[in-house]
Amino acid sequence: MADLQAMTALGAHEPRSMVVGSLTVTERFDVALASVARRRGRDLTAAAAAAGVPLPGPARYQTQAPYSAFWVTPEMWFVEAPFASHEAIAGLLKGAFADAASITEQTDAWVIFDLAVPDAATSDLAAVLERLCNVDFRAVPDGHASRTVVDHLGCYLVKHGPGAARLYGPRSSAQSLLHAVEVAAISAL
Amino acid sequence: MSQSHRILGGQIDRTKTLRFTFDGLPYHGHPGDTLASALLANGVRLMGRSFKYHRPRGPLSAGSEEPNALVELRSGGRQEPNTRATVAELFDGLEAKSQNRWPSLRFDALAINDRLNAFFAAGFYYKTFMWPKSFWEKLYEPIIRRAAGLGSVSRAEDPDDYDKGFLHCELLVIGAGPAGLMAALTAGRAGKRVILADEDFRFGGRLNAETFAIGGASGADWASAATAELATMPNVRLLARTTILGAFDHGIYSAVERVSDHLAVPLAGKPRQVLWRIYAQRAILCGGATERPIAFENNDRPGIMLAGSLRAYANRWGVKAGERVAVFTNNDDGLLTASDLKAKGVEVVAVVDSRNGDEVINTSGWLGLTAINVRDRDGKTREIRVDALGVSGGWNPNVNIHSHHRSRPVWDASIAAFVPGADGPPGLLVAGAAAGVFSTHGALRTGRDAAMAALGLTGATDLPQAEDAPVRITPLWHVNHGKGRAWIDQQNDVTVKDIKLAQQENFISVEHMKRYTTLGMATDQGKTGNVIGLAIMAELTGRTIPQTGTTIYRPPYTPVALGALAGRSRGREFKPYRLTPSHHWAAEQKATFVEVGNWLRTQWVPKAGETEWRQSVDREVLATRRSVGICDVTTLGKIDIQGTDAGAFLDRVYANTFSTLSVGKCRYGLMLREDGIVFDDGTTARMGENEYVMTTTTANAVTVFRHLEFCRQCLWPDMDVQLISTTEAWAQFSVAGPNARKLLQKLVDQDIGDAAFPYMGAGNITVGGLRARLFRISFSGELAYEIAVPTRYGDALLREMLTQGAEFDPIVYGTEALGVMRIEKGHVAGGELNGQSTALNMGLGKMVSKKKDSIGMVLSQREGLSDPGGYRLVGVKPVDPKEKLTAGSHFLAVGAAPVAANDAGWLSSKVYSPHVGSDIALGYLKGGDAKIGTRMRAVNLVVGQDTLVDIVSPHFVDPEGERVRG
Repeated sequence: MADLQAMTALGAHEPRSMVVGSLTVTERFDVALASVARRRGRDLTAAAAAAGVPLPGPARYQTQAPYSAFWVTPEMWFVEAPFASHEAIAGLLKGAFADAASITEQTDAWVIFDLAVPDAATSDLAAVLERLCNVDFRAVPDGHASRTVVDHLGCYLVKHGPGAARLYGPRSSAQSLLHAVEVAAISAL
Repeated sequence: MSQSHRILGGQIDRTKTLRFTFDGLPYHGHPGDTLASALLANGVRLMGRSFKYHRPRGPLSAGSEEPNALVELRSGGRQEPNTRATVAELFDGLEAKSQNRWPSLRFDALAINDRLNAFFAAGFYYKTFMWPKSFWEKLYEPIIRRAAGLGSVSRAEDPDDYDKGFLHCELLVIGAGPAGLMAALTAGRAGKRVILADEDFRFGGRLNAETFAIGGASGADWASAATAELATMPNVRLLARTTILGAFDHGIYSAVERVSDHLAVPLAGKPRQVLWRIYAQRAILCGGATERPIAFENNDRPGIMLAGSLRAYANRWGVKAGERVAVFTNNDDGLLTASDLKAKGVEVVAVVDSRNGDEVINTSGWLGLTAINVRDRDGKTREIRVDALGVSGGWNPNVNIHSHHRSRPVWDASIAAFVPGADGPPGLLVAGAAAGVFSTHGALRTGRDAAMAALGLTGATDLPQAEDAPVRITPLWHVNHGKGRAWIDQQNDVTVKDIKLAQQENFISVEHMKRYTTLGMATDQGKTGNVIGLAIMAELTGRTIPQTGTTIYRPPYTPVALGALAGRSRGREFKPYRLTPSHHWAAEQKATFVEVGNWLRTQWVPKAGETEWRQSVDREVLATRRSVGICDVTTLGKIDIQGTDAGAFLDRVYANTFSTLSVGKCRYGLMLREDGIVFDDGTTARMGENEYVMTTTTANAVTVFRHLEFCRQCLWPDMDVQLISTTEAWAQFSVAGPNARKLLQKLVDQDIGDAAFPYMGAGNITVGGLRARLFRISFSGELAYEIAVPTRYGDALLREMLTQGAEFDPIVYGTEALGVMRIEKGHVAGGELNGQSTALNMGLGKMVSKKKDSIGMVLSQREGLSDPGGYRLVGVKPVDPKEKLTAGSHFLAVGAAPVAANDAGWLSSKVYSPHVGSDIALGYLKGGDAKIGTRMRAVNLVVGQDTLVDIVSPHFVDPEGERVRG
């Protein structure tokens, strides 16, 4: 019987962390992710409420432990939960939404980086992000979720606070994406 | 060398001395100097040679409009040609060289062109180098390029980094002169998000160059105070050394910030420049105005400058351009130069005001001005010995950015200049001199008012006291007296005579005039010369200046380094890479990788003793066909298609039918473009009643997904279909060969025997309890599966397969072996899916179902595409197995001449097949299905091959398909 050991998107067995100036970049390997797309003519409200899955409006991120979700496109959300308890997130959500939604596992389609700066230097994060993508990070509210492009890569960016953001990028390009963040941070900070 | 021409005052820091060199000679300057101001301070006014005639030139201006003082800065990888000395900020150790001269700046052999000027009139090249035609590329052009010309590049790699970035604001203020500062103050004090950008390293614009007072302080001090106040506002971002290059759609402006150009070497990790994309809700152009000269004979000598620039050098940089100075003007502003210089103790020996009928008609001094010839209103001429002359022909508002959306500027006779027209970029207002409002008070007032109008603010604040002098000008474009050349565009050596010749030869439209004479086509884009040129053309044609019109203004406003446009996208970082789940394992094996789009795929995995790639590839193929081989196929696009209409959706996007596919089965699918040509192919599996997983080719993964989204969102929005890419979510491996099942059975928890998991079966399985997917499909022609696990387990799965399957001697094969096996099996891929071929061409015509409608079905039946004698996919083998084949070779009948009329098709893919023991190929042959068993020639005139070949079935391996079903 095989017992397969997981490898992070950066090719290690433990997630990496990197510090550039005031910015800390932490690879998050403990997040399970799935897409939830409403099927035509179906109402997800009741099922979502019963399962405790938030389904926020456009450009929003919402948390309702153990689930969090952000809007990605009309009638579609990315729902995340702790990997340890929800590795089978797609199956769990299928159970919750039955045939009212199309659920697809997305956990390993993405590399997730948490970007954080200390409270004393919150503007540093905006200074780094403005060299990476066209999200107006200073102006958007906390909980803003946006599809954007970083280093030619389609990414999602969620603002958790003026000094905290989560970046979802294509897993296969994790090294390139991290490199782009690193050089932008060196440049900006 | 002493700073012989340094005078009192100026915004330079005399407590610090900067050392620099020009053409190898050492000089001193101060912080706050430009290269031009420092050279002038050292008594150096010869800074360059002109483009065509190699005339000695000094700076004409003190700003970014400079046509003459172009130099090479730095050396090695940082060498930068065509840099304007007038805006190059001085730093300690700056190394500058003159350009476009040989052997030296003072003696330039190519100045012979100046003597031969009669031959080099406008249109010279067009008239002279017409014949013989073949001489152009090899003889004429290289000589002209060498003779004409600007600076050189070192060809060493630029060691610096260039960034790109994105900024957002409610108000972008372009230019930080009095109008821009007042606009920024108004908006900033109201709490608005403001970006204030100026190309200069010091904010203030003309205030730094003038002696005007604002509210009791000097203009320069007021500018410093305003800048200091703005700097305290968290809602205001000040971008000095930043040029707004252009206005684009939707309030987007581009800008280049020269972060480190004023340093010898950028600080560690910092970029040389940043190219910003600025998203501005509103913008105000406060770009000021550019003074224009007057054309008269020999008006281009070093020492002759724009009057406002002469004044700027004195007031801002504490530099006198000469010991004995004259001024030639047609307006009051020129007079200001005379009075300012006098106040600084500079000897002003003449003020020639054309409004009184006096004119400068000629000058002397080859390497620098020594005298001017003045003709008074009575026609009397006299020579005046001077070493500097300030010329003012009036000021042109810098309308460029306002005109980037094709807005035509309009003529304002009261200032004798073009001002911004009515239909500029939406959201862009204009204030100050850029709007044709030339007084300081006018600049402050229009700056404030524009900010209020742009942002909807009310309650105007009071303005500080400032001069409000009217513009008094009587236009004079060129002096009629004098027979010699009078320069209009000094950088491109365009003279009044050239305009006359253009008119004479009927190139009278401004656009024709520009291209015929090259007026305004140099790096300065005619900032000082264009209006004079078209005013002269107006005169010659009897039209008004507005009737004559202007040429089109385009970004960038000033030249941009290619490095800034490239940003980080160069060398290894040209594009991001995509690494496969097996990448780290393959790297440990020292595999060779190949770029496939952004993917780095394993090309082959060498073993000890293999010295040549074919050895590795042949071994991989033979080992797979003999036992089992594993290939990472994660790169193939995977698209999750769900919804109650998923099957019906697939029926429409695929030429063949999928709605009838049983759950737990997969099928090869062919996707056509609307025009009936094959778009992509792949296998799609039905994982549940309303759930399919489509695979695409690696190359088309994104294109197919985009196509499906277009179909879903735009063509059939009523269908219940949801799509999402899962390419990256699953690590997928092809396991192929007679022992594939035995190997996999050691890992998979379920029974995957032929009965439980038949050919073309698909389903969810588990591997040691881990969720996984299995597809029984084959690209190699062998018994084969594709197994997928969540990507994080991909590396471990591969290692586990190699370990647990050790008894079968499994190998990992790369894309080369993959290619060999697919050609041996006759599967189409990139060479055949070439965007020109139909299903019929590929021998897959029957897959296009006529029982249903699908994209491309109707047009695939076009007469031209359904010709029974058209191209058909065939296999090709050399008759002599030792003969080589080359992809791209063309089919010719035996004995046919190698001419296009006899062309019967081409070889689309070729490999060496260790199974067949010779080169084999696939190809498209006219009527090929009827020619199997015949002989043709594969002819390649490029490599000189003419090979007798057998036309065979494209299935070289297991044509009956028994192995895949085994």
